Amino acid sequence: MDAVATETDVRIDYLLHLGDNALVLAQRNCQWCGVGPVLEEDLALANQSLDLIGQARLLYQEVARLEGGEATEDTYAYWRDAHQFRNYVLLELPASLPRVGYAQGDMDWGVTLARNFLYSALMVPLWDALQASRHEPLAAIAAKSLKEARYHLRHASEWVVRLGDGTEESHARMQAAFDHLMPYTQEFWTASDFERAAVQAGVGVDVAGLRDAWRATVAATLQEATLRLPSDEGYVPQGKTGLHSEHLSHLLAEMQSVARAHPGAQW
Amino acid sequence: MTAALPTVDEALLERVRAALEALTDPEIPVVTLADMGILRDVRAAADDPAQVEVILTPTYSGCPAMAQIEDDVRATLQRLGVPGRVVTQLAPAWTTDWMSEAARAELRAYGIAPPGRCAAPAVGGAQVLRFVPRAAADEEAVACPRCGSTHTREVSRFGSTACKALWQCLDCREPFDHFKPH
Repeated sequence: MDAVATETDVRIDYLLHLGDNALVLAQRNCQWCGVGPVLEEDLALANQSLDLIGQARLLYQEVARLEGGEATEDTYAYWRDAHQFRNYVLLELPASLPRVGYAQGDMDWGVTLARNFLYSALMVPLWDALQASRHEPLAAIAAKSLKEARYHLRHASEWVVRLGDGTEESHARMQAAFDHLMPYTQEFWTASDFERAAVQAGVGVDVAGLRDAWRATVAATLQEATLRLPSDEGYVPQGKTGLHSEHLSHLLAEMQSVARAHPGAQW
Repeated sequence: MTAALPTVDEALLERVRAALEALTDPEIPVVTLADMGILRDVRAAADDPAQVEVILTPTYSGCPAMAQIEDDVRATLQRLGVPGRVVTQLAPAWTTDWMSEAARAELRAYGIAPPGRCAAPAVGGAQVLRFVPRAAADEEAVACPRCGSTHTREVSRFGSTACKALWQCLDCREPFDHFKPH
């Protein structure tokens, strides 16, 4: 019995990690809804958030099925607290250069697109590899999500090149965005216990094996954008294990407020 | 007294199929779910032969029309008095290549340029961006659904719904939606 339970736990943690990544980035990018720089880009980010929320829902539904209790997809989105989320810290950071807590800062389009680029450049090869997951529902979700991730990568790459190889101002701001975000990508390659266990079980993918492909994509696009590839050294965040920045709680407080003010509400 | 439930035999399945095949996409009311490739199968449930199982496959992960589509299917089953359930099947993943020729023609008549065939993705899937004139890009030309001209341009890769992009015809000047190959 224990072996079975453990195997299920491994899948649950891994699926939550993938789902939390999608949900948290979707929530971040939704902040552009209604205030995007131009209407088309407002729609672009809202559309991509819709894809990501859809991916998160599929993953959470699968977790609910595995747990077999009362939980639904909403339980995972609205009723867990920051330390229970397993997303990369990169995805919860405000869409601006470094700031603290509620400090106000202008939302930065360059930071938003640099982040989307770094994340989707990972998710394209990751979803691709996950199509071979031994956990069939995950393989099916991966096949679906891969097509969407390709679209997101293309959109972000275009903006990285347009702004990097743009004006002096846009170039400097795009470079600052990558300088700020690049160290957070170290979390991609530092496997957590549940990732190691998921790889062992044939459920997950050893992300370290995707690092070269990711670096090649990033280096080629940054070169085309006339940007310098920044160092990714420094503090290694551990959002996957529940150790988040202060920003996740603020993000969740906003996202969860309606569900928590009206528990069980239906419309 | 309860009415006897119909047994799920071929004749009943045919009746259910005919009713479900008439259902249209809530976002694009000129195409049926069957022609879109969203309605995959109607069959007797393997674990309960007294129930009909309707297999649907979502288009985009986040397509907000899916809930409405499931409701429409359930309402149809209820109207027919047939006990049944909706099963969402993700694999194989839906692709616009599953759209029938009839659906493509209906889309065009409705003012939406239908999707071209899905190109095989580059190895590894990453697409390095190139800013080149559209004519030089290896993408299929999108014909204006109004005048048929292929002298068109993409205005925005993201349009009114997740599945559409915004285009404009450079000859008749009309903007139009393009159903993206996906």
